[in-house]
Amino acid sequence: MENQIIAAVLVSIVAFFSVFVITPFLIKYLEKRNLVVKDYNRKGGAMVARPGGISIIIGVIASELVLYAFFQSIQILAIVITSSLAFCVGIIDDRRVMSGWFKPVALAFCAIPILLLGAYEPELAFPIFGSVNIPVLYIGLVIFMIPITGNTINSIDVLNGIASGFTSIASFALSGALFVMQNYEIAIASLVLGFVSLAFYRYHKFPSRVFPGDSGVLVFGATYGAIAIVGHVEVIAAVALLPAIMNSFLFLSSMKKIIEHRQIKNPTFLSDDYKLGATHDKDAPITIVRLIVAAKLLTEQEIGFVIFKLGIFSGILAVITAFLMGVRI
Amino acid sequence: MMARPVYTFVFVMWLLILAGGGLIVAILGPLSFSESGDLDPILNSGIKVAIALLLVTAWVFILSTIKNWIFKKQLKS
Repeated sequence: MENQIIAAVLVSIVAFFSVFVITPFLIKYLEKRNLVVKDYNRKGGAMVARPGGISIIIGVIASELVLYAFFQSIQILAIVITSSLAFCVGIIDDRRVMSGWFKPVALAFCAIPILLLGAYEPELAFPIFGSVNIPVLYIGLVIFMIPITGNTINSIDVLNGIASGFTSIASFALSGALFVMQNYEIAIASLVLGFVSLAFYRYHKFPSRVFPGDSGVLVFGATYGAIAIVGHVEVIAAVALLPAIMNSFLFLSSMKKIIEHRQIKNPTFLSDDYKLGATHDKDAPITIVRLIVAAKLLTEQEIGFVIFKLGIFSGILAVITAFLMGVRI
Repeated sequence: MMARPVYTFVFVMWLLILAGGGLIVAILGPLSFSESGDLDPILNSGIKVAIALLLVTAWVFILSTIKNWIFKKQLKS
């Protein structure tokens, strides 16, 4: 137990401070090379550095490798490789606009190391009722899980700080759930993601100094998905991610197809006093932000806080679900 | 409270996950469509997968109905 506490403290420090220290240098480098994009929701349309995914992946790899030095677990190795591959997919998408299908298909390949390393158990555990053994179907679930979590986090990266702040909340909730289930190694691996995204939030929050880009959000999503699989907490991870899943569900059920996010009509409009409201355009997708601002115009920060509160709510549900895992009827 | 319907939506999603999991583990998992045991196990599993997909469709339908109700309610308020 002492070894696990030391590992938890050490990797949390490495995760937080590596991103916290590297990101300002990355911002300067990106600005110098004119790798900036316009923030349309900001007064004056400030130019913001992108992609910040480089500091995110450095933080994830550095801290997960420290964790690997402690436990030499194949599961941690699977997380590192999956995250790194997702970063490669994201950086390609950052550099050139790919079709809507590119990311889901490419992310499916990122899940293959988990299968090759055998870092999973082919059982799907549900609270109260127990688990089902699905050896063949579970392979499909692993392949689908990484694109789903990657694109789910990507779909909420719409306003300053939302993706990093929400990932931080969901990861800490997942970590709490894993501690409840006494899966300490993977709980610490989830702490890493929580602290990496928290450190990045410092620069991503309104007004953003850097955007994570696809490389950043896909690392967030793929790492989260890999932790869910190797930690054997797929259902709990889905519960902690419910607001983001809800966003993807609303989007898909209103658009009825997978489409690259740059091609969609804006579901919100910006008022003269820089508040966001829901558009009346029938062709625009329904999203969680559109739902939140449907009744009242809100600032970007206010919308962020509503989504974070939803994240905390679903995080509490995830921890309750973890407790229910031990209950049998 | 402005976001209350959204919380309701998230809570309903959670309940559906618990209920769906229960149905799969407690009822669908142990179910066998071959009383005499002469049905191909793959066919038996295929029928179970089809039922699971039906459950997912029902899940999506319920959520779509709630989504439309919430969105209309939000726009009216």
